[in-house]
Amino acid sequence: MTYSPSAAPLIQLRDVHKHYGDYHALRGIDLEIKKGEFFSLLGPSGCGKTTLLRTIAGFEAPSSGSLTIDGRDMAGVAANHRPTNMVFQSYAIFPHLSVAENVGFGLRRDPRSKAEKARAVAESLEMVGLGGYGARAAHALSGGQRQRVALARALILKPKVLLLDEPLSALDKKMRETMQVELIKLQRNVGITFILVTHDQEEALIMSDRIAVMFEGNIAQMADPETMYRRPNSRRVAEFIGKMNLLPATAAMERNRIVVDVAGLGRGAIEPDQAPSGVQPGATTVGIRPETLSILFPGETTDRRLAAGTVDEVVYFGDMTYYDVRIPGVEQPLTISMKNLIGRPVLDVGAVTQVVWDERSLVVLSR
Amino acid sequence: MKKGWGLRAYAVIYLAFLYAPILLLPLFAFNDAAIIAFPLSGFSTRWFEQLWTTQALHDALQNSLIIATVTAVLATTLGVCAARAGTLANFPGKSGALGFIMLPLVLPEIVIAVALLIVVRQVFDLELSNLTVIAAHTVICIPFSIAILNGAFQNLDPSFEEAAMDLGETRWGAFRLVILPLVFPGIVSSLLICFIISLDDFVIAQFLTGANPTMPVYIYGLTRFVDALPLIMALGTILVTISITLLVIAEYFRRRGVARAGLKDSGGFL
Repeated sequence: MTYSPSAAPLIQLRDVHKHYGDYHALRGIDLEIKKGEFFSLLGPSGCGKTTLLRTIAGFEAPSSGSLTIDGRDMAGVAANHRPTNMVFQSYAIFPHLSVAENVGFGLRRDPRSKAEKARAVAESLEMVGLGGYGARAAHALSGGQRQRVALARALILKPKVLLLDEPLSALDKKMRETMQVELIKLQRNVGITFILVTHDQEEALIMSDRIAVMFEGNIAQMADPETMYRRPNSRRVAEFIGKMNLLPATAAMERNRIVVDVAGLGRGAIEPDQAPSGVQPGATTVGIRPETLSILFPGETTDRRLAAGTVDEVVYFGDMTYYDVRIPGVEQPLTISMKNLIGRPVLDVGAVTQVVWDERSLVVLSR
Repeated sequence: MKKGWGLRAYAVIYLAFLYAPILLLPLFAFNDAAIIAFPLSGFSTRWFEQLWTTQALHDALQNSLIIATVTAVLATTLGVCAARAGTLANFPGKSGALGFIMLPLVLPEIVIAVALLIVVRQVFDLELSNLTVIAAHTVICIPFSIAILNGAFQNLDPSFEEAAMDLGETRWGAFRLVILPLVFPGIVSSLLICFIISLDDFVIAQFLTGANPTMPVYIYGLTRFVDALPLIMALGTILVTISITLLVIAEYFRRRGVARAGLKDSGGFL
């Protein structure tokens, strides 16, 4: 989260719609992406995020609306004339070419000499950690290596924007985590704007400067990862990103303060930013993240708010334990995540316990 | 007794039924007698020598080769177009169109031959010639060409073309630099198969051939002369050898294509 983008947006979408026959894939997308930004399009499958990426790439033409890249209107500009390059989900490494021929593919129309191009290819491979792999046959590479070749092949053309279509979804967990870190480093080194499409909310939180969450062809919320996680603007976004406990509540204004009465927990005053989608007096829903709740273990004390409950379910993760705790008067049990610190026992199902909560971690979700 | 001997025996008998009659061809082709009967009388290459000096046969062979070559090129070109269309996103009537293209594969050849004869003679009032045979052979070869090329095209990652365009190529450049090299083995395979089909075809050529017969039509003509039978045997030996060789080459290219695309093999002719 240390980027310093210049003021003017590099990419600008205005009211972009896309229809496929009766299907309305994009429903009025307004979006500005700054230079040097790592931007993620996050959403479940079928939400339109890939269509949006392919629209920016030039593989789909918007049914209406406008798209400009670096101040230039992209209407009628084909993919091969756009300052964008793409890393495909399948990587699309050409199997009949060597690694070097794949990486150098985009340089065919480059006026530089053969030797200069070969140097550029070598540098590009070096950059993605595949120095010396140039002569290898492309079809003999592992998944992680193919992805690096795809990156080198796209970045060698020094695009203004690199588009990444679920680039990590085909990798195993360990490899995915390694590549996440490498992609972030790479993006900081080259300073190119990255747009990542992913359905993995964790990946989006880890990698992005800014995230747009999409549902059914609309952008539901656009924010930096911390705001997105702590201050989701709807129940749907809250539940899509991480785990969120949702509780019925009643909101009221008292002496210019918002006071919510949360079912099973009690009353608390909140700050205006804890209601990102506004608040109306009356019935509403309140969200609490599992890690902002805790269980009061025997021998511990707190000056925070307490609620009595019974352990309903225990899921042990090694470093963490997830408890579902049933609280009288609340239909859904509360999920609470606890670090397994020294001397802290793992509770059994049925244990009677106290839940510690804090009104500062509440977020009012009026939508 | 070993397990599975029954199935093994069945397989042997099956292969014998298939290939034993063909083995008779070289047997009598090299036999030094004008009558096709056992016992064999001795080794001779005189039937082959006689083939070498028969001008009518050379004309028929030349005809057949020209027809087969042109047919192979035409059918494969059209096959590439159809297979390419088959990989594109759905268009209205796609499955119907592809189904109809494959239909000649299951229609009796004689039905196609008679229908084409009517079209050529009655509808268009054209003279029968090598061109009419080429047209008819192209029709019957297209389904085979498409069947082979469909495999080659459908093995391709649909992102290849977009990736090439994304890297600055035009649609034609993407096809030429990426798609074509990857389906090339399929194209060679299709050319060879179509060539063999055209070369071997008798029924359609018999109906549509003009003044100059193709090889199979010429051979059929020979059967009226008893003393020409050893000649047919010799000729048959040559044709079988050529056919098997071409088929093996075609299959080699098809497999190489599958391997080049880094894929698992599924199906094929051999």
